[in-house]
Amino acid sequence: MTLPITLTLNGETRSAQVEPRCSLADHLREAEGLTGTHLGCEHGVCGACTVMIDGAPARSCITLAAACDGRAVRTIEGWGDDPVMAQLREAFSQEHALQCGYCTPGMLATAHDIVTRLPQADADRIRLELAGNLCRCTGYRGIVLAIQRVLAQRRAGAVDAA
Amino acid sequence: MKAADLQYAACAEPDEAVARLAAAQGMAKVCAGTQSLGPMMNLRLAQPALLVDVSRMPALTRSGLRDGRLVTGAAITHARFEDGEGAAASRGLLPQVAAGIAYRAVRNRGTLGGSLAHADPAADWVSTACLLDAGIHLVGPGGSRRVPASEFFLAAFTTALADDELIVEVDWPVLSPQARWAYRKLCRKPGEFAEAMVAIWTDPSQGISRLVIGALDGAPAIVSGEAAVNALRERAGQTAQFDAIGLDDPYRRQLQSVMLARAFAQLDARPGPETTP
Repeated sequence: MTLPITLTLNGETRSAQVEPRCSLADHLREAEGLTGTHLGCEHGVCGACTVMIDGAPARSCITLAAACDGRAVRTIEGWGDDPVMAQLREAFSQEHALQCGYCTPGMLATAHDIVTRLPQADADRIRLELAGNLCRCTGYRGIVLAIQRVLAQRRAGAVDAA
Repeated sequence: MKAADLQYAACAEPDEAVARLAAAQGMAKVCAGTQSLGPMMNLRLAQPALLVDVSRMPALTRSGLRDGRLVTGAAITHARFEDGEGAAASRGLLPQVAAGIAYRAVRNRGTLGGSLAHADPAADWVSTACLLDAGIHLVGPGGSRRVPASEFFLAAFTTALADDELIVEVDWPVLSPQARWAYRKLCRKPGEFAEAMVAIWTDPSQGISRLVIGALDGAPAIVSGEAAVNALRERAGQTAQFDAIGLDDPYRRQLQSVMLARAFAQLDARPGPETTP
């Protein structure tokens, strides 16, 4: 038995038939071909599969695709010209915040949440918020620096704009 | 690491969910955020034949004051509490507890009722519900009932919830201006399951003195009454007290002793009871 679902996926309305047991991550990767969503642990610990559901970060490996019917899902492929994500991409490059890149899609989703939800976050708070995203190669220093860089840019921009 | 085959039904009303649970004769599980059940299904520790999704029921996502108690729907997410749900009524306790649960990406999906039904001994809501003796409201084929948290948790992952019952809401006391609370847990890494956990609630105006030791092998240990709580303050970590709750591992006793000391320190650091000028 399959269930009909409709997602607003990266801004586009997408309808599909899903097996009830299918995770959102598997649906994105296998049915939609959006392989930028990475699967690490498949039990909610590593954070590689983190995507946005209705604008909030969520683990796509332990969220059923069927439970997302009617929701807006944004994956790493879907940020387009989002200004915060553009700043984060540049900062991740500048600060060498990735090596193999496997954790990066999830890191960027969490980073976007930190920048938008916690504009006053300091390095300690960034590290606390990043505790649910594991990186096995570069380590966290570059990632924390990249997020700090974007937060500082945005704080400076807010001052300029005022 | 994929869930076994299952059926899935999103329900709009509690009665519909109860009917589906009853028809499944014990082979169904209620789900909401699937932040605990999802990993268990992927690991095939849980293989329910049917998932009954209650996360979108309006009745389970409301909150408000009723009969002098704070009533919160079972499908309210941890993130909603973290962002301020119940902050005034609990004098900040519920948001602080919620902010310490796993990670924001998990808190955006995981729910209060799911955590209580799962009844992991290390779960924050399990200890918090026991601390405040929250009322857990269930509906089943025979109607509804309210079970105090102190009677709801029977053992690790074991509750008073029947196969065909559903948690709909939780009622909490509104803390008075004289109330103080402390909440301390030990996690090797932020967001990990706690290895030790102590929560305290005192309110001299209502004669309340209550302490919970969580993250045990079974249900939390509830200590009630000023004399019993003070005994833990003065002789934290003594053998007899841990014998009484079946905690015999020296390492884990040491962790809980440290949490006791930290919780009492947090309690003492809070401003004294407010006095009317």
